[in-house]
Amino acid sequence: MVNWSAEEKHIISAIWAKIDIEEVGAAALTRLLVVYPWTQRYFSNFGNLSSPTAIEGNPRVKNHGKKVLTSFGEAVKNLDNVKATFDKLSQLHSDKLHVDPQNFRLLGDNLIIVLAATLGKDFTSEAQAAWQKLVGVVAAALSRNYH
Amino acid sequence: RDTSGSFYEFQASPSSEQGGHRTVYPVKTSLSLLPRLFTSYPQTKTYFPHFDLHHGSAQMHAHGAKVVSAIGDAVKNIDNIKSALSKLSELHAYILRVDPVNFKLLSHCLLVTVAAHFPAEFTAEAHAAWDKFLSIVSSVLTEKYR
Repeated sequence: MVNWSAEEKHIISAIWAKIDIEEVGAAALTRLLVVYPWTQRYFSNFGNLSSPTAIEGNPRVKNHGKKVLTSFGEAVKNLDNVKATFDKLSQLHSDKLHVDPQNFRLLGDNLIIVLAATLGKDFTSEAQAAWQKLVGVVAAALSRNYH
Repeated sequence: RDTSGSFYEFQASPSSEQGGHRTVYPVKTSLSLLPRLFTSYPQTKTYFPHFDLHHGSAQMHAHGAKVVSAIGDAVKNIDNIKSALSKLSELHAYILRVDPVNFKLLSHCLLVTVAAHFPAEFTAEAHAAWDKFLSIVSSVLTEKYR
């Protein structure tokens, strides 16, 4: 089980409460697809991903970003039980979606960059550290059922 | 090329006259870079046993400024990063021997710092350009390791 200090839990929920899930989710996924274009390999049915502008305006990217971040919220609500929370999703990513777990780390770091852009100086070193720990825990939980 | 250049202009504040030399240094980003690295990735502190690592330490600020300035040199010589960073590359290979994994961590923290200070300018495209640029800088700095 992961050890969270009271401070870390507070930082994580405070930031989660502040952000627009739809906006941040869309931005994080957009950046993944723009900064690491090879990640587009998982989204061949998403339509036009031919340029950063196309990706930014793509409604399927926006929707999927929102879906992914909403799901991420389950971790925020269940910090003491992230592994169990993502048990089925881990299986799905491994057996049906065939996603390289490295992508969980890339998306996690991108999410953090979007949080920094959204929160500015409020995204302190301590805030970043708490969120780095969270994205690491989520990535590990999602990777857990690969075989 | 365009996005990297203009960031360094944004970052170049304030400028100061120091003994007749005009020093323009990126204050905003250098101040928080190392604190971010050390807080999120405490293992990176192992390379600085000789430093005062408390928040706001003059040593940390100076070192952060040094790093950001060197990256600035690479920006100015973006078509020949290898030659601009040649001495630094040797320093890292033979003296400092920082494990290559840490360049990714520092690069990430630099991107976070830039995003926090310049959110409007740090578009997805700017982010892509910077990520690419920093990964090239990292490989130049580690290319003499073996």
